[in-house]
Amino acid sequence: MSKEEKKVNRRDFLFTASYTVGAVGVGAVIWPMIDQMNPDKAQQALATTEVDISNIEPGKSITVLWRGKPVFLKRRTPDEIAEARAVNMDDLPDPQKDEERVKEGKDEWLVMLGVCTHLGCVPLKDKGDFNGWFCPCHGSHYDVSGRIRKGPAPTNMEIPKFEFVDNNTIKIG
Amino acid sequence: MSEHEYTPKSKAGKWFNDRLPLLSLGAHLTDYPTPKNLNYWWTFGGILTFCLITQIVTGIVLAMHYVAHADLAFASVEHIMRDVNYGWLIRYIHSNGASMFFLAVYIHIFRSLFYGSYKSPREVIWIIGLMIYLLMMAAAFMGYVLPWGQMSFWGATVITNLFSAIPLVGDSITTWLWGAYSVDNPTLNRFFSLHYLIPFLILGLVVLHIWALHVPGNNNPVGIDIKKPSKDTVPFHPYITIKDAFALLVFMIIFAGFVFFTPNVLGHSDNYIPANPLVTPAHIVPEWYLLPFYAILRSVPDKLGGVILMFSAIFILFVLPWLDTSKVRSAVFRPIYRQFFWILVIDVLMLGYVGAMPAEGIYLVLARVGTIYYFLHFIVVMPVVGYLEKTDPIPMSISEPVLTGGAEPSLARKVDDKV
Repeated sequence: MSKEEKKVNRRDFLFTASYTVGAVGVGAVIWPMIDQMNPDKAQQALATTEVDISNIEPGKSITVLWRGKPVFLKRRTPDEIAEARAVNMDDLPDPQKDEERVKEGKDEWLVMLGVCTHLGCVPLKDKGDFNGWFCPCHGSHYDVSGRIRKGPAPTNMEIPKFEFVDNNTIKIG
Repeated sequence: MSEHEYTPKSKAGKWFNDRLPLLSLGAHLTDYPTPKNLNYWWTFGGILTFCLITQIVTGIVLAMHYVAHADLAFASVEHIMRDVNYGWLIRYIHSNGASMFFLAVYIHIFRSLFYGSYKSPREVIWIIGLMIYLLMMAAAFMGYVLPWGQMSFWGATVITNLFSAIPLVGDSITTWLWGAYSVDNPTLNRFFSLHYLIPFLILGLVVLHIWALHVPGNNNPVGIDIKKPSKDTVPFHPYITIKDAFALLVFMIIFAGFVFFTPNVLGHSDNYIPANPLVTPAHIVPEWYLLPFYAILRSVPDKLGGVILMFSAIFILFVLPWLDTSKVRSAVFRPIYRQFFWILVIDVLMLGYVGAMPAEGIYLVLARVGTIYYFLHFIVVMPVVGYLEKTDPIPMSISEPVLTGGAEPSLARKVDDKV
């Protein structure tokens, strides 16, 4: 009886070991099949864009393409900055100070991804109830700092990684 | 499956059939005993098979001329329309074919809802059918992306962004789906690959759908179990084949009407503008057959909530056979459920209408009311009505009400009898 039990246990061990090795093998084959769909080297190579900002007048903005997505560069007037900073944090669905969304000393430059955080449409400038942007797809309103104020979008428009190369050039990415 | 054994007449036929019983299968499909009271709502299975074959054939031909590249796709579709011999015809059949496919599948689904075809013992047929429906939506969505017009691009952006609502891993999943940091050339490439694959997956599921159907046999307008073969059945061929063929002919006339007279009426004119990642069209809408779900998505003022509700609207159908507590299949004998059925039809049509309208004002209110009723119908109305409803008497067999000119009480059986 005990001999037979031992035999069964040994077989169980072999089964479990085989299944485990088999599962690891299958996983090792499946992973490349999944990972091949992630952004390739050519896509990653487009990761930075330099923009000349010398021609942008106060109050105006331009849109550039970075990694296939639009980036808004807006040179804000002192009034607009004051307006963005006067907002009560309690009125914001995704509370964030305007100071946290710009580079210190370069307060007039708002650089952000022009992508609605709801489902990825491009919001229209100088529209909506808050003097900022309005997304035509599902009706999200953003303020002059690009923060969500009203509508289905969950978060503020994203600020990408960027830096001032010199006074006239911004490098995004 | 077959109630009788089939033996081929010729010696060669017998030799082959012993090794691969294809001839037996053919005989089964020909003789398959079908309820004799099937009405025209039952012809849409055949019509849908026709739609699938049409899409596969025209699609293979289009793929001979189409180029799946962000810089070339739009021009190659115009090349098909202008240069390729009969390219305009083949493309219009394919694009309108998708709409006709959905028109037929919605009628097919609502027929099942009315006559209780999803109920025991046909739950597996129903579930396979829903899987086909899901794959159809995926195929249609990816197909709509391929011309790389404005609606293609922004439709793809919005739909893939639905996955970004998933907590924690949402953004990684979206990037993985794109193969880039936005909808871009890699996205178009993979959508083309999958768009070509999915119809063949559907074809495989259709085989399972029909196989599962042939185990219990067809439901019928009276919704009762019948003996097969018997006085209540007719052989599939020629009785059902000829009825299906006639219905198909009528369907093809409507189909041809769209293709030849209003080929673009179901599309959106913005899709004749090449894709531009910097500008979103002012009013983006999905294709008409996705509008009810789009309305549900937009009725919720929360991103994750909207996405969850939209997917739930489809997945709740999978448990429908267990939500419906009524022992009677056909709504013909269910006076209360029948009314709710028509409310559901109107509700879905209304959701489709408001899905095409801007999400504001009265449309938003209607979308919310429609969404609430949609879920109430399945979660509350179906279980509760099934328990409380006093159903009408059910005939003993299909023949009897026909032969005696109506369902007489003496011939009727009680609901409590095994149906």
